[in-house]
Amino acid sequence: MPDLNLKRNLADPDRFYANLMAIHDGLSKAESDALNARLILIMANHIGDESVLEQALSAAAEVLRKPEI
Amino acid sequence: MTKIFETPLYPYSRHPDQDATSPVHHKVIVLGAGPVGLAAAIDLAQRGVPVVVLDENDRVSSGSRAICFSKRTLEILDRLGCGDIAVETGVTWNKGRVFFDERDIFEFDLLPDEGHKRPAFINLQQYYLEQFLVERVQVLAAEGKPIEIRGRNRVEAIGRHRDHVRLQVETPEGPYELQAEWLIACDGANSPTRRMMGLDFVGRVFEDNFLIADVVMKADFPTERWFWFDPPFNRGQSALLHRQPDNVWRIDLQLGWDIDREAEKQPERVIPRLKAMLGEDVEFELEWVSIYTFQCRRMEKFRHGRVIFAGDAAHQVSPFGARGANSGLQDTDNLCWKLARVLDGAAPETLLDSYDWERVYGADENIMNSTRSTEFITPKSEISHLFRDAVLDLAARHDFARPIVNSGRLSVPCTYDDGPLNSEDCADMPVCTRPGSPLPDAPLGDGWLLDALGPDFTLLAINTPCPEPANLAGIQVLEISAKDNPILAKRYLGDLSGALYLVRPDHHVAARWPSHDEMAVKTAFRRAIAVQLGGWNA
Repeated sequence: MPDLNLKRNLADPDRFYANLMAIHDGLSKAESDALNARLILIMANHIGDESVLEQALSAAAEVLRKPEI
Repeated sequence: MTKIFETPLYPYSRHPDQDATSPVHHKVIVLGAGPVGLAAAIDLAQRGVPVVVLDENDRVSSGSRAICFSKRTLEILDRLGCGDIAVETGVTWNKGRVFFDERDIFEFDLLPDEGHKRPAFINLQQYYLEQFLVERVQVLAAEGKPIEIRGRNRVEAIGRHRDHVRLQVETPEGPYELQAEWLIACDGANSPTRRMMGLDFVGRVFEDNFLIADVVMKADFPTERWFWFDPPFNRGQSALLHRQPDNVWRIDLQLGWDIDREAEKQPERVIPRLKAMLGEDVEFELEWVSIYTFQCRRMEKFRHGRVIFAGDAAHQVSPFGARGANSGLQDTDNLCWKLARVLDGAAPETLLDSYDWERVYGADENIMNSTRSTEFITPKSEISHLFRDAVLDLAARHDFARPIVNSGRLSVPCTYDDGPLNSEDCADMPVCTRPGSPLPDAPLGDGWLLDALGPDFTLLAINTPCPEPANLAGIQVLEISAKDNPILAKRYLGDLSGALYLVRPDHHVAARWPSHDEMAVKTAFRRAIAVQLGGWNA
């Protein structure tokens, strides 16, 4: 089972972040939300692997949960 | 012109059973003469099992109701003797087209694979299918087969006993009583049988109304399933257009939850809606209008002693995917050979529990698929709406998103993986014919593989010899060659040079091997009729 990579993997994190912000420039909240949804779908298809995707869904969902005591 | 659904096809007439001094005993009574009940009766009668169908009505259902019949249903109808007339009368289609807002975003093909006798789907008004089935019942009866339909016979009470069921039946000339060894309840989503027996039918209600209109019009739309998400003529909702025989078109418009249902059914409301969709100049007349809501639910168990539920009486799904009538026919296809064997003493009664296992499995698969379709078509939260529209926007441009678009996952028969009648699989054989699979068709000589199979179990030997099985009643051997038949080879052999399949009467694979092995065949056959080794002599 391939593992979701949660280690550093972006060669230039600042550039990626700037690009991510740039595509939202001038968009309304609704347009930005739609763009984000499209981006998730495009990236999910690129990953393809079901187990990696499930790990990614869990990793994203877990951040919101309260830490275990 | 009088429509077929206005004509009594099996009018009430007094039966000697009504004058008997004590309740007359029957082997099998089927409740309901819809497609599912009629299919059950024909299947049983063809197997020589005496069967009586009781129906509270005396004619086919009014309105088109179910219209999409799947390849699997057509294959079942072939075995029931109605396949040809259904296909000749029906409109064959394989293609669908999806629209979003004002755009035509993509088209799809449901049967990209060649080598099947039957098309992916036909559209046929339910009243035609019922008519063909009633006529088939009449032909069988005329040939002396033990089958009859009693019109305007409504069951008012059911008494359950260890070895029979007792029915109180109301007729235009008063009540009478009957006994049945087995009762098959095919009396629809509002099943009176289920209610009389006090059985639960729980599930999920979807808060939405749909307007269904069958219109007669001369139109040059192609023979494709057209589905709209959020079209200009029905903003924020969905729409469906589908062709049926006789220039009848099915139109299905989502209306939302907070509507006045009675008002929306009136022609003065319906006609402007349809004109907005079809264009002001298109001339049409309304054949049938209805407003429906739906639920996805099933009974916990389909077998309750000597009462067995099938079709909508046992499970209900949303209409997206045509999984109602199609799954109902799969129910009776699964049940009837088992019941015939049990009645013959050629299998233990526990074989009927496999009906419960397999068709509950099928119902869960259908409910899952139709629930997913409904969530895509009618998103109920802001975020699900956002993602739904994102998928549609991407699908207009990129192929990858098209399989995510869900306008209904159209009915295909399920594979009973890990089913109780399956034997262990052998390695290196094609996935599509693993144990539990519905048998895929393939060309064979001048005909078709599925047509070559007998009514009972078949040992299908491909490129390998198979001796007649000794002492196994009801197995027919069919030896065929896959030479110059790449479709057959691909579906049944894969990389092997030969293979032997044990095929059930309902054309599901029970077991398979690379070559014949007498002991393995015997074990698998016993398993497929629910006989545990040593406990039963087949």
